Amino acid sequence: MTQHPGFGPDLAEVFGPAAQDGGPELIQLLTPEGERVEHHDFRFDPGAGVDEAETIRGFYRDMVLTRRIDTEATALQRHGELGIWAQLLGQEAAQVGAGRALRPQDYVFPTYREHGVAWCRGLDPLKLLGLFRGVDQGSWDPAERNFGLYTIVIGAQTLHAVGYAMGVQRDGAVGTGEPDRDTAVVAHFGDGASSQGDVNEAFIFAASYNAPVVFFCQNNQWAISEPIERQTRIPLYQRALGFGFPGVRVDGNDVLATYAVTQAALQRAREGQGPTLIEAYTYRMGAHTTTDDPTRYRLSEDVERWKLRDPIARVQVYLKRNGLADEAFFAAVAQEADELGVHLREGCKAMPDPAPLSMFDHVYSELTDELTAQRDGYAAYLDTFEVSAGSTTEGAAR
Amino acid sequence: MSGQKVTLAKALNMGLRKAMEDDPKVLVMGEDVGKLGGVFRITDGLQKDFGEDRVIDSPLAESGIVGTAVGMALRGYRPVVEIQFDGFVYPAYDQIVCQVAKMHYRSQGRSKMPMVIRIPFGGGIGAVEHHSESPEAQFAHTPGLKVVACSNPVDGYWMIQQAIACDDPVIFLEPKRQYHADKAELDDSEAPEPLFASRVVRRGADATLLAYGPTVKTALNAAAAAADEGRSLEVIDLRTLSPLDMAPVYESVRRTGRAVVVHEAHVNLGLGAELSARITEECFYSLEAPVLRVGGFDTPYPPSRIEEEFLPDLDRVLDAVDRSFGF
Ligand SMILES: Cc1ncc(C[n+]2csc(CCOP(=O)(O)OP(=O)(O)O)c2C)c(N)n1
Repeated sequence: MTQHPGFGPDLAEVFGPAAQDGGPELIQLLTPEGERVEHHDFRFDPGAGVDEAETIRGFYRDMVLTRRIDTEATALQRHGELGIWAQLLGQEAAQVGAGRALRPQDYVFPTYREHGVAWCRGLDPLKLLGLFRGVDQGSWDPAERNFGLYTIVIGAQTLHAVGYAMGVQRDGAVGTGEPDRDTAVVAHFGDGASSQGDVNEAFIFAASYNAPVVFFCQNNQWAISEPIERQTRIPLYQRALGFGFPGVRVDGNDVLATYAVTQAALQRAREGQGPTLIEAYTYRMGAHTTTDDPTRYRLSEDVERWKLRDPIARVQVYLKRNGLADEAFFAAVAQEADELGVHLREGCKAMPDPAPLSMFDHVYSELTDELTAQRDGYAAYLDTFEVSAGSTTEGAAR
Repeated sequence: MSGQKVTLAKALNMGLRKAMEDDPKVLVMGEDVGKLGGVFRITDGLQKDFGEDRVIDSPLAESGIVGTAVGMALRGYRPVVEIQFDGFVYPAYDQIVCQVAKMHYRSQGRSKMPMVIRIPFGGGIGAVEHHSESPEAQFAHTPGLKVVACSNPVDGYWMIQQAIACDDPVIFLEPKRQYHADKAELDDSEAPEPLFASRVVRRGADATLLAYGPTVKTALNAAAAAADEGRSLEVIDLRTLSPLDMAPVYESVRRTGRAVVVHEAHVNLGLGAELSARITEECFYSLEAPVLRVGGFDTPYPPSRIEEEFLPDLDRVLDAVDRSFGF
């Protein structure tokens, strides 16, 4: 089917099979084989006076530990300690690259899968588990590390990010040139979420107000069972242009490129140049969550192909081949991962169930009279079990 | 198929299949309904047999799903929309309340809206937030929408077909924790009950329990336990929440003099409030006690480790029955 003249190029030609592996627009600085490559627009810059090798070793460590959080939580779910877990296997570089490019004053709005970004923000990963264990709905103070609560309703947080960025703008924390003051906001979301009205509205608001926000889309190729083609017929990053701001596609399995691109986009935002869309091109190696069965809808060959682009292996090869890390370093990281594993296992199992009456806390700034009556009535009801059964826990366990 | 024992999930799947076989205009739309068969497998195998044009995996946008289903309906199709979880119907709320519900009225009956919006609802599956909501009152409060809730496999099989055959939009609520819980025998040869009818599911003389969806089982268990203690409870499965079918309810309450409504939804302005008001208006002189309500507390749905505290259970139902007798 050829296009009617005047309607521009034929999309099938422009976005055909050639775009399958990320296409020519993919920004890459470290190949899957562990080779550093140049890019005309982006380069990896760890900052003045910072040792490059040390930074890359740090990324390696972050990714290994992030992966450990994931495998440990997956195992905890299998053992019944978590109700469910959203796995990030394969997306470590996208998240660590994005997370490490942040400055303390920047603010992050995550989905439910940003365990690696949480790690970079310094959140105790144990805190991530509460939501999935069913003991809380977000146990950290978002303001403490400028890391928002996980958002399960797809795409909702992208609007929050834009609004927060508009607040930053109004506070005069953009374009002052002071590195500790100028602030950017990151909205994380997935390829599936890009179809939501909220996300498209977020794009429009961000463009309209030139908000200091970076839209960071991890295109992991799947929204549960739906492949990316169900959500878009052009590369996602190109959507940005239609909304009036730039978009780029970065190799999301390349931590150096993701870091470089995110850093540049955050800097644009901080300088007052407005929003950017980053499409981190990656792959969801695991199931959507621990309750999902991907064998029903995708081919194992695809997964095998993506294994060759593993985000951690390429950094390891690079460090080893260039003599930038010795065996002692890798052993130390492995050791640290084991310790993190113990911390998560023991900490998770020790997490108590919430007290039944805590359900009435924080519905409002102050408990209303109505709710007080309801809570007291329920407490009195629970007490009747104490009398008859001799133990509150027995009553409460019903 | 006579005599086959199936779960609610399977019964709904069979009902959908039958409706699609019977009427080529019936379409299924939603997130992951195709190859995956839906996250609860209710549409399992349908895309394989009816093709991608009739079993449509949609982009991830609920407003988009319902909004395009409106257009499909205007074109003469009968879309059956799956909302993946109760908590994700809200992005489509505008389309449902402002468009779906009013199209027939605005067009003075010229444009029909024969759409079914299936929503797995209720808690008890240990899920994270937004996966255990009971939004029925929000829809029952909206004129133009019909709202039904099935509670068992046999109803699931018939009610989904009847809802699809209905020319009005139907919010079809499925108790997700019952999907794979109990099996029941399906008998295709028996004519089904009408869709918009409540049903007495257990006879009793001393008090009436009113329930729907997931709490029907709770109420039946409570009635069985009460019987051991010498109290005879009647249980009505409401099945239709809008319109309500009050005749069997009035008949029952006039006999028993007591009514307890059981739902998972928040008690405040929940369906129980409406039922209580109507029973009081119609059965005032038969009542021995005020109508009591057992439901979710007026808090957001809590973390799953304490959801059993939030959900009405056998003990809380019996406690309400005791209170009713205490008047
Ligand atoms: C509004 C809404 N609809 C549906 C869901 C159920 N759901 C949870 S995750 C998901 C897929 C999301 O895919 P994507 O945005 O690509 O992110 P990924 O999970 O792949 O990281 C769906 C449909 C939801 N959480 N919110």
